[in-house]
Amino acid sequence: MKNSLRKFSRGTGLSAAVLGVSALVLSGCGAPPAEESPSGGTGAEATTDYLGCIVSDSGGFDDRSFNQSSYEGLKKAETDLGIKINQAESQAETDFGPNVDQMVQAGCNLTVTVGFLLADTTKAAAEANVDSNFAIVDDNSIDLPNVKPIIYDTAQAAFLAGYAAAATSESGKVATYGGINIPTVTIFMDGFAEGVDYFNEETGGDVQLLGWDKESQNGTFVGNFEDAAAGKTNTQNFINEGADIIMPVAGPVGSGTLDAVIEANGAGKDVKAIWVDSDGYETAGKGEEFILTSVMKLMGDAVEDVISTDVEGNFDNTPYVGTLENGGVALAPFHDQEANVPADLQTKLDELKEQIISGDITVDSAASPK
Amino acid sequence: MTPQDDRPASPATGDGAPHTRREAKDAARQEEVRLENAAETAGGELPPPVVPGTAAALGTGPAPDSTLMQRIMTGNALVAFLSVVLSLILGGLLIAVTDQNVARASSYFFSRPQDTLAAAWTAASGAYLALFQGSVLNFEGETFTRVIYPLTQTLTVATPLICAGLGVALAFRAGLFNIGAQGQILIGATFAGWIGFTLHLPAGIHLLLVILAGMVGGAVWAGLVGLLKARTGAHEVILTIMFNYIATNLVLYFLSTPAFQRPGSTNPISPQLDATALYPPLLGPAFRLHWGFVVAVLATVFVWWLLNRSTVGFELRAVGANASAARTAGVNVSKGYILAMAIAGALAGLAGVAQVSGTEKVLTSGVAASFGFDAITVALLGRSSPWGTFAAGILFGAFRAGGVAMQASTGTSIDIVLVVQSLIVLFIAAPPLVRALFRLPAPGAPRAGKGGSTTRTPASTGAAA
Repeated sequence: MKNSLRKFSRGTGLSAAVLGVSALVLSGCGAPPAEESPSGGTGAEATTDYLGCIVSDSGGFDDRSFNQSSYEGLKKAETDLGIKINQAESQAETDFGPNVDQMVQAGCNLTVTVGFLLADTTKAAAEANVDSNFAIVDDNSIDLPNVKPIIYDTAQAAFLAGYAAAATSESGKVATYGGINIPTVTIFMDGFAEGVDYFNEETGGDVQLLGWDKESQNGTFVGNFEDAAAGKTNTQNFINEGADIIMPVAGPVGSGTLDAVIEANGAGKDVKAIWVDSDGYETAGKGEEFILTSVMKLMGDAVEDVISTDVEGNFDNTPYVGTLENGGVALAPFHDQEANVPADLQTKLDELKEQIISGDITVDSAASPK
Repeated sequence: MTPQDDRPASPATGDGAPHTRREAKDAARQEEVRLENAAETAGGELPPPVVPGTAAALGTGPAPDSTLMQRIMTGNALVAFLSVVLSLILGGLLIAVTDQNVARASSYFFSRPQDTLAAAWTAASGAYLALFQGSVLNFEGETFTRVIYPLTQTLTVATPLICAGLGVALAFRAGLFNIGAQGQILIGATFAGWIGFTLHLPAGIHLLLVILAGMVGGAVWAGLVGLLKARTGAHEVILTIMFNYIATNLVLYFLSTPAFQRPGSTNPISPQLDATALYPPLLGPAFRLHWGFVVAVLATVFVWWLLNRSTVGFELRAVGANASAARTAGVNVSKGYILAMAIAGALAGLAGVAQVSGTEKVLTSGVAASFGFDAITVALLGRSSPWGTFAAGILFGAFRAGGVAMQASTGTSIDIVLVVQSLIVLFIAAPPLVRALFRLPAPGAPRAGKGGSTTRTPASTGAAA
């Protein structure tokens, strides 16, 4: 038994070696660079000593949502402003404290923390390190001279999406559902509901919204931001109830909605999805042709903006509130769906956008930044 | 592979416990000898039962003493140590292979191979140096506080791992696969947290009540599993896994109700616990290390005493070795299941208290991180012995604390740490593989002269007792 095991391990060792060597032979024949050329330096050469850092929440930097877009903002600042960057990805909420501490110890000039769950940690770190600056995404609870909150009035853009959905729907039913019932999710659903209501009032229509009741602040939720299968089931239920436009506000769960929409269209139905956070036509990776539009939170721009202000030495703690006016939130183009929306819809949406910016229409959500 | 091939290290482990017990002159002596005989008839020279007897029902082994789990958990300490070493080596290779500088240098490997090797060495050694500096001593620290900060951080992270690991280990010894530490931590943390931020009591009493609530929460949650198993025969693996789901969603639900939210906010995060409900810092406010670590040490002593010196612990081990034999000998097996699970749950509850009262200071749905599942690994690596679990908890605490520093200072993905942890378990689960790699003789085989004695170090037998 023992001997055969040893033979086994020798045998596999040999074949692994052969494989490895052949791989090297195939890949290792390039010419070396000149002896004196430096081996490091992947990005742009740093032109300042400024160090910008970021700590993710437990979603990680590849969540196709707010961690990712904030991180991309920092990467953009690295290229555009020539700063150095450092990042720490949290695997669990228990990593928040150690990660933020690591960033402070690394001498970060500004640390971006992503998500309201990091609020307590950020506050404690900011109080203990008055010489470092912090910016926190999606939280407005900290009032300290060295912390800048970055928040979004997402309801404004979601309002436009709600109006567009109601105007485009042929069945007279549209739907939305969320990941978890928290303010950063419900603000989308509130805005969407208001947009649908506004369409009904203006045109005397009777478009129904499934999945969210703005009055009671309750509706359909998956209970997490991971279970795409549950997102698919929810979407199929909505389609069976007659809805033909569905907006998932649940990060990666939304891909389940796209699956259901693709299947329904394959079965001859005419169903569309509305993406959130980024332009789904470019980022979702499938079913682009069925994405009516997207409610975008442009976090990367805000993060880069805050960093460039700090590099110039003009950091302040006034909250950055992303709105339609400053372009922090926006409605994506219709792309492939251009032909399927009413002819004057884009003009109408532009008008509505102007009215929201001027304050003629107020979009109200319990979760709106006050 | 015959069962005898892997018969764990010794008759010595079987003898060790009786010797010490015979020296003890407590009233239960006669009873114990009777039970001991009962247990020994079941397994001959069986070592102390570190293995759930129910494993026999799941596995294909012909007898209860030759199940896969038994072989996994009775592998000797040397194998555990070598598993850690092997995993670190493989992890280092992985760091080197995924490093960008190595990839660049390897494209001209045949023109200048030393570049590739140098880059690989720099990547792996740099990452492990950072891991060490992040978990033991940071030589580059400017003040003494910063120099020893990593060590205290390791102990802080180890605290919940030790507590929950002890719970898993204790249940293992009583023949129960407790996969439910995650749920027990969460419920314990919920009970403790609620007492911590809702009641406003004087210092001392408040913390005591918080600790008690956490233990009760965990004990009730796990005790239910024990009760269901004892009364209905439902399998504890299924039960604990399902109870994890229930606990996770229950906590999410609680956090969506105003009673658990901060005034004026609907975010699923509880108010901060009162200062009176928190573990005081052990070494002053500059460190995160708190008195919860002392509680974890006391818990380890308690579990050691319970398993090795008490009548209850002896009964639990008898149930774990062979439930039928224990029943024949007059042990109340149902009571044993319930008690073992309740104590295991109380220990996991302590881990929950360490989280809400020690490091996090608030209750969120992620307060347990993955400690409940890591605890299973910790108990396995610790070979289900109290002090083994303690040591394994500190090792895993070091990985976790050091991984953060490794990621921040060298850009190595923290996932590498998870890979190393998983590899350790993989190697522990395959002791013949480790023995083959290091040319070690199988324990129980006749001594082959050279090298044979290394597997019979006193440490290995001691740890199993």
